[in-house]
Amino acid sequence: METMTNTSTVRKTDLIFGRSLDTLTLLRNAMQRDKDGLIQELIDSGLRGRGGAGFPTGLKWKFAKGAPGNKKYIICNADEGEPGTFKDRVILEKAADKVFAGMGLCGWLTGATKGFIYLRNEYIWMRNHILAQMNDMNEAFRQMKLDFSIGLKMGSGAYVCGEETALIESMESKRGEPRNKPPFPAIAGYEDKPTVVNNVETWVYALLISYIGADVFAAYGTEQSTGSKLFSVSGDTPKPGVYELEMGMKLSDFVAEFGDGDTKSVQVGGASGFCVPRRKFDQVIIGFEGIPTGGSMMLFNSHRSMYHVLHNFLEFFMEESCGQCTPCRVGCQQLLLGIEAVKSKTKPAQYLDTLMEFTETMRLASKCGLGQSVGNAFNSIVNEFYEEMIY
Amino acid sequence: MKTVRLTIDKKVVEVQAGKTILDAARIAGIHIPTLCHHPDLCVAGNCRVCVVEQVGVRTLQASCAVPVSDGMEIITNSAKVQQARRHILELLLSEHRSDCVNCYKNNHCELQDLAAKYIFTPATLIPLPALQHYTIDSSSPSIIKDDSKCIRCQRCVRTCTQLQHVTALTVSHKGHEQKISTFMDKPLNDVVCTNCGQCVNRCPTGALTERNYIQEVWDALLDPNTHVVVQTAPAVRVALGEELGFDVGERVTGKMVSALKTLGFDSVLDTDFTADLTIMEEGTELLTRLKAVLTEKADAGTLLPMTTSCSPGWIKFIEHKFPDYLTNVSSCKSPQQMFGALAKTYYARKRKLNPAKIVSVSIMPCTAKKYEADRPEMRSSGFKDVDYVLTTRELARMIKMAGIDFMSLPDQEHDSLMGESSGAAVIFGATGGVMEAALRTAYELVTGREVPFANLDIKPVRGMEGVREANITIEGCLPEWSFLEGVELKLAVAHGLTNAWEVMQAVKQGKAEFHFIEVMACPGGCLGGGGQPIPTNSEIRLKRAQAIYEEDAGKHIRKSHENPEVLALYKDFLEAPMSHKSHELLHTYYIERHCN
Repeated sequence: METMTNTSTVRKTDLIFGRSLDTLTLLRNAMQRDKDGLIQELIDSGLRGRGGAGFPTGLKWKFAKGAPGNKKYIICNADEGEPGTFKDRVILEKAADKVFAGMGLCGWLTGATKGFIYLRNEYIWMRNHILAQMNDMNEAFRQMKLDFSIGLKMGSGAYVCGEETALIESMESKRGEPRNKPPFPAIAGYEDKPTVVNNVETWVYALLISYIGADVFAAYGTEQSTGSKLFSVSGDTPKPGVYELEMGMKLSDFVAEFGDGDTKSVQVGGASGFCVPRRKFDQVIIGFEGIPTGGSMMLFNSHRSMYHVLHNFLEFFMEESCGQCTPCRVGCQQLLLGIEAVKSKTKPAQYLDTLMEFTETMRLASKCGLGQSVGNAFNSIVNEFYEEMIY
Repeated sequence: MKTVRLTIDKKVVEVQAGKTILDAARIAGIHIPTLCHHPDLCVAGNCRVCVVEQVGVRTLQASCAVPVSDGMEIITNSAKVQQARRHILELLLSEHRSDCVNCYKNNHCELQDLAAKYIFTPATLIPLPALQHYTIDSSSPSIIKDDSKCIRCQRCVRTCTQLQHVTALTVSHKGHEQKISTFMDKPLNDVVCTNCGQCVNRCPTGALTERNYIQEVWDALLDPNTHVVVQTAPAVRVALGEELGFDVGERVTGKMVSALKTLGFDSVLDTDFTADLTIMEEGTELLTRLKAVLTEKADAGTLLPMTTSCSPGWIKFIEHKFPDYLTNVSSCKSPQQMFGALAKTYYARKRKLNPAKIVSVSIMPCTAKKYEADRPEMRSSGFKDVDYVLTTRELARMIKMAGIDFMSLPDQEHDSLMGESSGAAVIFGATGGVMEAALRTAYELVTGREVPFANLDIKPVRGMEGVREANITIEGCLPEWSFLEGVELKLAVAHGLTNAWEVMQAVKQGKAEFHFIEVMACPGGCLGGGGQPIPTNSEIRLKRAQAIYEEDAGKHIRKSHENPEVLALYKDFLEAPMSHKSHELLHTYYIERHCN
């Protein structure tokens, strides 16, 4: 966690890493409460998934609690793969106990007895640290007579496994490919049993809300984007790092705080997010009413070629598409070939417009969020930096 | 049964809960194009050609994968859908080597059909670079795999794993490198592939095709110095018509014979003849094994259950997956290979022909037969017993090439010497047929009476369930078979290798005790073989099966041991079933193969 200047217009918060009650006390207190009341508290808090997709957490837990069957699973998605995101790493390094306690709480609420943390392979260096914390927490669950335990599953390095159903497939030792939905994991997830999958950060906030209450949490942020969240700030910035900030800030305020004075654009939400050019900084809210992000905030200054930025993103998607569905597998390749062809003048500039029609098909017809969101970066970069694509 | 009401293109449709949008549309008579969907396979939802608009939902829905729900409003033809569908086809065409006029599947390609319907502007996309350096795997004697034609629908993969439990084909890599591969990317002839060709039957494009021997056969036919004999497998006659203008399930036996004669084959003979011969040999073998176990207390495990050996896909499967059970497989060659061995010995002698000048061709519903004919042990005549194997599809193509008006051909009979057959032989083409034919002969041999079923139709072993079991108690044996008195014969029939695998697992784990197991590698038996006309589905297979049983019912000889040409063969040449000569020509052995 990095510190900020006092003059900032961006409001820093300190919920996740700040002083709070001891983690086990938080969990014990939460488990004294009425289950339905606690889920309602989560719903009232407005907490939405912090991985990027932003599904209301309380609702997800409610569905899983109501799902039939006596075998249910809890999964912590620690496959932090979105380019420019590195906040889950910090949480797992500094507050893994809160993550595990949040999972235990969800297990108690929904009746799940088994949880897993799915850790991206690139974080294998953290494995021993996480196992130690996990074993301590499992021991604590035992002593609390909570019928719940957590295990660790390592990913194998595919970006798409951050998509929850691909993650589940990967956990089942299959190819990491997204499933057809419905059914959603809350009804049929891991081993076709009701499963709650949440991002690392979401578990911590859920646990904290059980203590501070919905009102205190919702006092932060805006009506549609309550609370705060962790941001991974990178790129052309004098102070890269992980910051917990209030939701709903203006992008111009963010740039004033983190920019280097020459910020040309900000890529909000990573490669699958949107590129905002300088002239729109003061029109954009970072939140669900504007542009949401799983945490990635990449700043580019005027020395950067947006063609190269886009080229880099497309190379990434071309490799990281799972390859099963046509729009994503072939679409990503065509977008990359297309911008290269325009740049080399083997295709006319108008071909960019054709490609943007194809991204619409990718958005509408791809099987999962990966293919559906490639057009976010593509269209925003091409539209805002048209000349850079051509010349 | 709970039903669901939805509207599709403003039409109210009521269907069973659990159906997909695609199912519902088909019930309502609304056409939605598909590519990765296949009625025999589990849902994939990966080509996305079948996307439709669901009112109130942000993205389009893959109609093959999304279950119906009450009040759903579906639009199958909006501007959004049309554009997405066209785009998806354009994307697929950009990764597909659209060399249509030179393609073996020209005019038999589902991608081409969709392009013809939905693409009406020139291509804008750039052909993917992978199309410039593709390789074609032609290592297998049965199947050719051309990745440049592959659209990654994964029908082949699902076929190979779900229907066949083989998993020779699998998906490897991801993103732009994703492809359909084999274990460690080895050539098809070096992996656990049974050559069954079920993947070929379900490939929508020209990525998987049979290795064709059309030119080789033309060369033989046009060579004045050769004598070309042809044999026709039982299941060909009930499916060939599909390729040549007839409805599914029409029998075209007589026209097929006429066409073969017109093509110039010197003698048109019948695999059905050697099917009858197989029953004589295999039935005797079963009784011999039973006798050894029941009277001589021989090691039962290596002799029983005895499994059939007609299906070369099954043989390769058991060689790979259950090598400990190779002694349980009947040592009889398949009817094709029995025929081949006799064509260049018995037939050559009778007709006073030099066997070196005989070219032996077979018309098979099967791609694995191509592999079988190539097996090094299949040279009992001193020559390659069967020189070329053509699938039903290849024969249809030759008939078209020759400009033969198939529909107006007169019916002709097979030539004699090895052309006569019984109804019992015809039903070899359907799952359960070998079992039924064997029972008709063995029961009568042992008891002196016909099998106790009306019209000789042994209904318990017929049908399309994946595994069927039947028990028959033998009573009133003739004196020399008294050891079988009161014995309850336990029988099993399996078709599709996944079902075969399940039966063998049960045997291996001691959960099932059978005396005799019939296995056919393909769903429905040979009538659903990998060389049969495309498409295939359960309805088509059922109609072909009905045609086969009609053919049987119409035969004046219904039992293999009453086939006069078979009896003459034994009298003049082989002496008796399981004789020394029979062993030399009609029996074979199996080889343990690696299992990865």
